[in-house]
Amino acid sequence: MRNYEKYFRMNRLPHIWCPGCGNGIVMKSIAKAVEQLGLDQDNTVIVSGIGCSSRASGYMNFDTLHTAHGRAIPFATGIKLANPKLKVIVITGDGDCTAIGGNHFIHGARRNIDLTVVLFNNNIYGMTGGQASPLTPTGKKATTAPLGSVDNNFDPCELAKAAGASYIARGTAFHAKPLVDLIAQGISNDGFSLVEAITQCPISYGRRNKMGDASEMLKWVSENAVPQGAFEKLSDEQKGEKFPIGVLYQKEAPEYSAEYAKVIKLAQEGK
Amino acid sequence: MSQARLMQGNEACAEGAMAAGVNFFGGYPITPSTEIAEIMAKELPALGGTFIQMEDEIAGIAVVLGAALAGRKALTATSGPGFSLKQELIGYGCIAEIPLVIANVQRMGPSTGQPTSPAQGDVMQARWGTHGDHPMIALSPWTVRESFDVAVMAVSYAERFRTPVIILLDEVVGHMREKVVLPKAEDIEIYPRRKPTCTKEEGYKPYTPMADLVPNPADFGTGHRIHVTGLVHDETGFPTGSAKVTEDTIKRLHEKIARVQDEITHYDEFFMEDAEYAVLAYGGTARTAYAAVEAARKQGIKVGMARLMTIWPFADKVVKELAQKVKKILVPEMNYGQLVLEVERAAAGQAMVISLPKYNTEIFTPGEICTAIEELAAEVAK
Repeated sequence: MRNYEKYFRMNRLPHIWCPGCGNGIVMKSIAKAVEQLGLDQDNTVIVSGIGCSSRASGYMNFDTLHTAHGRAIPFATGIKLANPKLKVIVITGDGDCTAIGGNHFIHGARRNIDLTVVLFNNNIYGMTGGQASPLTPTGKKATTAPLGSVDNNFDPCELAKAAGASYIARGTAFHAKPLVDLIAQGISNDGFSLVEAITQCPISYGRRNKMGDASEMLKWVSENAVPQGAFEKLSDEQKGEKFPIGVLYQKEAPEYSAEYAKVIKLAQEGK
Repeated sequence: MSQARLMQGNEACAEGAMAAGVNFFGGYPITPSTEIAEIMAKELPALGGTFIQMEDEIAGIAVVLGAALAGRKALTATSGPGFSLKQELIGYGCIAEIPLVIANVQRMGPSTGQPTSPAQGDVMQARWGTHGDHPMIALSPWTVRESFDVAVMAVSYAERFRTPVIILLDEVVGHMREKVVLPKAEDIEIYPRRKPTCTKEEGYKPYTPMADLVPNPADFGTGHRIHVTGLVHDETGFPTGSAKVTEDTIKRLHEKIARVQDEITHYDEFFMEDAEYAVLAYGGTARTAYAAVEAARKQGIKVGMARLMTIWPFADKVVKELAQKVKKILVPEMNYGQLVLEVERAAAGQAMVISLPKYNTEIFTPGEICTAIEELAAEVAK
């Protein structure tokens, strides 16, 4: 048995994901990050929304909560505030987090509440069969954009930064080892952390956009993901489809549940 | 706490919830329920509790569901438009069996409607607002003091049956001020959080129903590593596609409430001994109805009254017996005629059921209801 296996409910596996899906790599990275940090398994809670990636909560051996579509962050907020000693990790997808749950995402970041949001970004609604999400790049095809999406796509990292998150990183299913570290740093950050994990969906996204099978999609990621430092030095022309990975942003900021604990103290002293 | 105080229905509701052990509030501002949130924001921190104003109505219920799973007794409050938005997660609370109280101070709709005039238009929404089959408990107080009692009761029922409970206030009772004497803290019965009765080694499964058909899912952070989902799940808490488990689950959810229906049906009857007619009312309208019935009695009309505190599950037995006793039942409501449909169903032709709807932003006057009583008495005399 590998060290991280205790973090899985082995009797719930195999998972429901399609052949070639990158979600398993990201899920394993979360387990390895928990192992790396030596978190107390009984005081770590995994909260997910609805969608392919959100099924991960059921496979992981913690207190786990599979919420409603888009609502993982406010449920997680309630758990964290109810019992601040709990480490709360949110698993969500691009549709779940930035469309139906978009408002909760920016407000979670605004509060800088100590949650670690791992956003599995496969650029598509996979569970429902390949509809465009707010992270489907403009021009890419989806069942609801058969001639290519005319919508502009969000950059969730920039969104979280503007909204007030205190740790923002991007990793990929190709760069599996660095992804573990990025998630571990996010969990260690005392505040709202976003780790965007680029993951491939060959069935509902890649196939429709002639991006090849899983290995070809991962190859594309390996060629276009550039460490943040190097990315900044690229000219606009060189940037093209390339995107930065690594820790993109970090700041010191008051954490919500700690700030609320001060409110309680103040109210009780004033009594 | 036992001194007489002048207070508002919303205030009594908030105080009742806290007296019953509520130590977490999440919500979003909306008239005419906002006082409940404001009181919670002010009072909870001193009690070591938590208040959070969320970004929208949906987050307002999501955050309390999360807090309840982590061991808190939790309340959210809203009004019509917000109640509509919260419906999906009310269903989540039903199937995941999470204790939760939602105070809905009704105002006139649909949509933004006539803000924030009184209405009782959410009676059916309280029962059927979320998708799928599920039971519902909804309680509607008619006095400020009863708003306190109903809040205590709602928290207890939520914990005992592990289900969302709705406090169906209306703007009349929510904003009305009355002199009240609240019970002493030691006289308030608090239902504690249900806990696992055995360990994992002894075969603990979070969703195994106990003798009362209610399961004991462990609070998060207590070492049981449970899984909670809005998908249909078996006793382990994990999703299943089984037709049998699905059928058994939906049936059990209904039966855990149906089996205690008599116990949780709260109502009053007035002037019923020799009554030939009855007025059935609830919430703010029941106050006017009472005055009208008194006035009609002075004219010699043999009219009585039934006042329902428990709106859901519907008081079938009470209405059935009422229908056997009287010739006609008058149902005044501040809506186009909602609960009257249930009264008709339960009366099953034993008595004539007459709807007296009002939906013009104004509350009933005793005269209006009294006139309706006079008319139905006169028709029989003819």
